[in-house]
Amino acid sequence: MSAAAIAEPMLPRPFRVVASRRETGDTVTLELVPLAGSVPDFAPDQFKPGQFNMVYAFGVGEVPVSLSGDPADGGRMVHTVRAVGAVSRAIAAAAPGSVLGVRGPFGSAWPMAEAEGRDLLLVAGGLGLAPLRPAIRQALARGERFGRIAILYGSRGPAEILYREELAAWGQRPGATVALTLDHADAAWEGHVGVVPDLIPGVSFDPRNSVAMLCGPEVMLRFTARALLGAGVPAERIYVSMERNMKCAVGLCGHCQFGGDFICRDGAVLRYDRVAARLAVREV
Amino acid sequence: MRSDEAQAEPGEAAAGAGQRAPRRLIARDQLGALIQTLAGSGYAVIGPTVRDGAIVYDEVRGVADLPAGWTDRQEAGRYRLERREDGALFGYAVGPHSWKRFLHPPAELLWRARRTEDGFAVEAAPPSPPRFAFLGVRACELHAIAIQDRVFLGGTYRDTGYAARREGAFVVAVNCGTAGGTCFCASMGTGPGVSAGFDLALTELVGDGGHAFLVEAGSEAGATVLAGLASQPATQAALAAAEAVVEGARAGMGRRMETAGLKELLQSNPEHPRWDDIAARCLACANCTMVCPTCFCTTVSDRTDLAGGEATREKRWDSCFTADFSFIHGGAVRASRRSRYRQWMTHKLAHWIDQFGTSGCVGCGRCITWCPVGIDITEEAAAIRAQATGPGKPEVTHGDA
Ligand SMILES: Cc1cc2nc3c(=O)[nH]c(=O)nc-3n(C[C@H](O)[C@H](O)[C@H](O)COP(=O)(O)OP(=O)(O)OC[C@H]3O[C@@H](n4cnc5c(N)ncnc54)[C@H](O)[C@@H]3O)c2cc1C
Ligand code: SF4
Ligand code: SF4
Repeated sequence: MSAAAIAEPMLPRPFRVVASRRETGDTVTLELVPLAGSVPDFAPDQFKPGQFNMVYAFGVGEVPVSLSGDPADGGRMVHTVRAVGAVSRAIAAAAPGSVLGVRGPFGSAWPMAEAEGRDLLLVAGGLGLAPLRPAIRQALARGERFGRIAILYGSRGPAEILYREELAAWGQRPGATVALTLDHADAAWEGHVGVVPDLIPGVSFDPRNSVAMLCGPEVMLRFTARALLGAGVPAERIYVSMERNMKCAVGLCGHCQFGGDFICRDGAVLRYDRVAARLAVREV
Repeated sequence: MRSDEAQAEPGEAAAGAGQRAPRRLIARDQLGALIQTLAGSGYAVIGPTVRDGAIVYDEVRGVADLPAGWTDRQEAGRYRLERREDGALFGYAVGPHSWKRFLHPPAELLWRARRTEDGFAVEAAPPSPPRFAFLGVRACELHAIAIQDRVFLGGTYRDTGYAARREGAFVVAVNCGTAGGTCFCASMGTGPGVSAGFDLALTELVGDGGHAFLVEAGSEAGATVLAGLASQPATQAALAAAEAVVEGARAGMGRRMETAGLKELLQSNPEHPRWDDIAARCLACANCTMVCPTCFCTTVSDRTDLAGGEATREKRWDSCFTADFSFIHGGAVRASRRSRYRQWMTHKLAHWIDQFGTSGCVGCGRCITWCPVGIDITEEAAAIRAQATGPGKPEVTHGDA
C-alpha cells in the first residue's frame, strides 16, 4: 500500500508555504509547493489518503505530519499542524513565503478501494480528523461508489473543532452524516457531550457491510474499536492510524516499532485485527 | 558477500562452486604479511588490540598490535583479561566492541543545509566510505553482520552509507577456539565455527611448540590474497587439529538458549511476572544495546551554527532503554523499565523474526557480560519459559499465572 520509493529519502526537500489558515488557537493548515526546480520528481497527486510527510523547520527539527489535503486538489501538499512543542510550533508559525523541508510521502494508506460498495465510518478524535480528511474528501467526491458515509468526530471543546465550515458542508452531502461530540461543552453548545464511541448507536450503517477508519489518541482507538466490534463490525474491516516517535520514517531507525510492525512503514494505517492484542497491552 | 550467503549451510558456501576451497597452512609471521598486503591494497585494517583492560577493535599495523597471549574471562557483569601461556593471537572470545562500530558507526553526518536567498538548500554528506579489512571476525559476528545486512539493505529503503562500507569490506574470519563464559552461539546456530560470509577464514593452531594458521578462502578476493602469502597445503594432522579447536570451543560454551518456540513464548507473555522482576534490577543504562552487534536503532541530532545560516543532521546510535526513544507529545510510550526491557528482549528474540526472518540474537554474550547488574538474557528467557502461559510453555507447568 505504500508509495513508490523516493530517490533520496533522507534529504528534506525545500517547499514554500503558500497559504496558512488558522484552524484553532494552536492549529493551522499549511499549503506547500516545491521551490522552483528543487523537487523535480514532485507529484502532489501521488500521495494516498492516510500517508504522512516528515516536515522540517530549518535549524529547529523535523516531525511526522499527516497529509490533510486531497490528492485531487493537485499541486499542493496540505498539512494541519498543532503547535505542541519546539518543532511543531516552528512549523505552525511558518508564514506564507517561508520555506519548510519535506521528506515523504511515507506509510500505508486508508483502504479506499476496499471500502467501495460499503458503508463508511470515519471516526476521529481531536487532531485525528486531519489524517482522515483526505479520505473523507475522496469518499464524498466519489459518493456514488460508497454506501452511507458517517463522519464521527470528538473534540475536546468547541474552540478545538477543526475544519468547522467543511464539517457543516460535509453533513449536507446526500448520504453523508456528520456527528460531533465534545468532551467539555460550553453554554452555547447544544450538541452531544461525551466520548466518540457514544456516537456510534446514533448513526445508521450496516455493520456487516461497513469499513471503519479510526484516527485519534490510543484510548479513543481502543474504545471505538470495541464499540464497533460490539455493534457487529468485523475486526478485519476496522482500520486504525497509529502514532509513534519517528526519526527516519523509512524503517531504519527503530523508533516507531509497535510489536513486529514499524509504524512508519507497515502503518501508520493498520488493520485492527493485526494490532488488537497489542493495543490491549500497556506500554508497547 | 551478501547476507543470504552467510545463511548457507556449512560446506555449500564459499568458493561458489559448492566445494570449499582447499585449505592452506601459513606460519604465524605470514599474518604480518597479510596485514601488510591488505593495508597495501588500500584497506584500513581493523583488528583486535588490547586497550584499557579489554580487547577492542582498532586499526592494526602488524602482528605486534594483536593481543598475543591474552584471553578474556567473562561472567554476567564481569570481564577480565588474563595471560595465557601459549601466545595465541586470537585466544579470547569477544570484547565490548563489535564490527558494527565500523559498518554502522556511532555517529554519521547525513546532510548539511545552508540558508539561501530562496529558503535553504540541502546537500547530502559526501560519500567517502573507508574500505575496511576486518581481521578476527568470529562466527557469531559474521552472523551479526548478515543480520544487519538484512536490516539495512533488505527493505524498500537501504541505508546507503552502510551499503557502501559493507560492499567495500574485506572479512578475515577466525574460528573460535576458546568460548567465553557468557557465549551461547552453539545454541543459536551461529558458531563457534565459521561457515560462510568471509573472504578468508583462519583457524589458529598453537601448542606443541608450533604456531600456525589454517586458512580457507571464501571468495575470489580472498583466494587472491591467500595466493600472495607463503603457504603450504594443509596436512591431515592440521585439518584434524583445526576441527578439534572448534569442537573445544563448542564444548566449552558457557551458556545456552532454548530457542524452540521462543518467539511465540515471548509474544504471548507480555504480562509475565518476570518482567517486573527484571525491572527491579535493570538500570536502563543502555549498555546491552550499545554492545550488541545487531542492535541498530538510531536517532538524529540537528545542529545549527550560531548565526543560524548552516544546519547539519547527524545520525547517532540510540537505545530503546532511554526515555526519549519512545517520546510522543505527553510522555514516553514506554515509561517503565519493565516495558523497555520487555521491548528490547521481545524485539531481539521474537519480533525480529517477523521483521527480518531471523532472530536478532547471535549468542555472543556481550549483553550479559557488560550489563552492570549482570542481567542474563538466557536466564531471563528460561525463567519466562518456566512459568509461562500460552504457546511455548513447558510440558509441565509449575503453578498458574
Ligand atoms: C504518523 C504521524 C502523523 C502525525 N500527523 C500529525 C498531524 O497531521 N498534525 C500534527 O499536528 N501532528 C501530527 N503528528 C504528531 C506530531 O508529529 C507531533 O506533534 C510532533 O512530533 C511534536 O513535536 P514537537 O517537537 O513540536 O513537540 P515535543 O513535544 O517537544 O516533542 C519532542 C520530540 O518528540 C517527538 N514527538 C513528540 N510527539 C510526537 C508524536 N505525537 N508523534 C511522533 N513523535 C513525536 C518528536 O521527535 C519531537 O521532536 C503525527 C505523528 C505521527 C507519528
Ligand atoms: S542480545 Fe546479547 S547475546 Fe544476543 S547478539 Fe545481542 S549482545 Fe550478543
Ligand atoms: S539489561 Fe543491564 S545493560 Fe541492559 S539496560 Fe538494563 S542494566 Fe543496562
